Amino acid sequence: MSADTISRSPIRDLNRRALKPAVFTLCLLPLVWLVVQGLTGGLGANPIEATIRYLGDWSLRFLLIALAVTPLRIVTGWLQVVRLRRMLGLLAFFHVVLHVLSYVGLDHLFNWTVLWEDVFKRIYITFGMAALLMLIPLAVTSTDKMAKRLGGLAWRRLHRLVYIAAVAAVTHYFFMIKAGYAEPIVYAAILAALLSVRLYKKWT
Amino acid sequence: MLIRRKKKSDVGSYEITPHNVYLDRRRLMEGIGIAAGLVALGALPLAKARGATLPAGNGEISGIVDGYSKLGDDDELTHLNAVTSYNNFYEFGTGKKDPAANSDNFKPRPWQITVDGLCAKPGTLDLDDFLKPHTIEERIYRLRCVEAWSMVIPWAGIPLGDVVKRFEPLGNAKYVSFETIIRPEEMPGQRRSHILPWPYVEGLRLDEASNPLAILAVGLYGSVLPNQNGAPLRLVVPWKYGFKSVKSIVRMTFMDEEPKNTWQIMNPPEYGFYANVNPDVDHPRWSQATERRIGDFSRRDTLMFNGYDEEVGHLYAGMNLATLY
Repeated sequence: MSADTISRSPIRDLNRRALKPAVFTLCLLPLVWLVVQGLTGGLGANPIEATIRYLGDWSLRFLLIALAVTPLRIVTGWLQVVRLRRMLGLLAFFHVVLHVLSYVGLDHLFNWTVLWEDVFKRIYITFGMAALLMLIPLAVTSTDKMAKRLGGLAWRRLHRLVYIAAVAAVTHYFFMIKAGYAEPIVYAAILAALLSVRLYKKWT
Repeated sequence: MLIRRKKKSDVGSYEITPHNVYLDRRRLMEGIGIAAGLVALGALPLAKARGATLPAGNGEISGIVDGYSKLGDDDELTHLNAVTSYNNFYEFGTGKKDPAANSDNFKPRPWQITVDGLCAKPGTLDLDDFLKPHTIEERIYRLRCVEAWSMVIPWAGIPLGDVVKRFEPLGNAKYVSFETIIRPEEMPGQRRSHILPWPYVEGLRLDEASNPLAILAVGLYGSVLPNQNGAPLRLVVPWKYGFKSVKSIVRMTFMDEEPKNTWQIMNPPEYGFYANVNPDVDHPRWSQATERRIGDFSRRDTLMFNGYDEEVGHLYAGMNLATLY
């Protein structure tokens, strides 16, 4: 680091470089907590179910956090936040993959016959799998190279799929529950708010 | 019907009680003064099989006799800690840990039970009087939740058939319904009316209620029922999904028509009146073919009538169990 860059604006410079690693570290904490709970028996009498639910909860939360980036920029004018968008989106995808892997591997021990049936027979699995399938191309095309290859417009169009994936994910949660819909209602409300900010911006 | 009494060689629940619990009990006994010990010794001979009584607090129930318990080779008792920390009791919240976390303030004594409807001897009885004519038996049963997890639990309870007989149902009585107490000030889940329509209601056909497998449980692992498990009195019908086994019962009503049980009211395509464990009839949102025994890693096959086909299968002869689920 040269002396003149420090003298220019040390705090902003530190901010700029520390923001991403700091947020990334913070975002790994839920997973660390899960591992610690798993190793210390803190997941209760049915640790497999607890793991699937926990990863599902955080998949939804990260999806909403990633979707909050643009509205945050619109509302606060804080441009730096946009630099976090790809990382947060990939973190969401990472948790979705772990969530699905725990269902496929831990719960059903890769019993593909049962799993295949589940996808078509059980509406909440159908919605969950649809959300996963929509997120895969977004993760694959998340690199700069892929964005360049697709071209800005096509890339942006493709990545609008995340809105539908998020709606599918919340629907997946709604259909899974037996009674007491308070939590999925909260997720649905947050998602609706985040999408509304975008629509409002577009129409005004 | 063949009733197999428990053999001497069978493993009793006391032999499987977690060691630390056993040690705690020892310590408790040591702490009691000699005078109290003498009083207890004096009372012991009175605690005979008949004349079921419960201790005032959470203690051990005395005078439990061995009852009918049929287990498979791979049925091991579920750890007490799991039985009391993982279950559904929406009156205390919808999470599996909620009943244990939110039931401390619930007061299971004093307790009254009202028996009414189509019977010759209706009335409201104090729990002690309700239990007195009966014998508390230990019944080790599998419990299969509709959510595809299961446990093996040593219950202490009185045969429901004896209770039914005692209140003398009339000739036109065909069903009996059960109601859970409404006490929102002690049951936080009931303060959220949108979860379920309170009170929780369940019901059985009279011949189901009279089947020797059906009991009204007052304890588990030899001690009084913990609040989260349905203190002080709950139904246990091991061949049906767990939600039929209604907890903290305050009312039994003899009826001539099928009572509408809570989950059937909530969601008729998913929950019926019978709720017999049946691996061939899926819940619309998940398969019932397999289950996870709490404590196990992999799933196991679910058995017809939860493995009690021999005992209860005749009750459903000729019925279409795919439509009468």
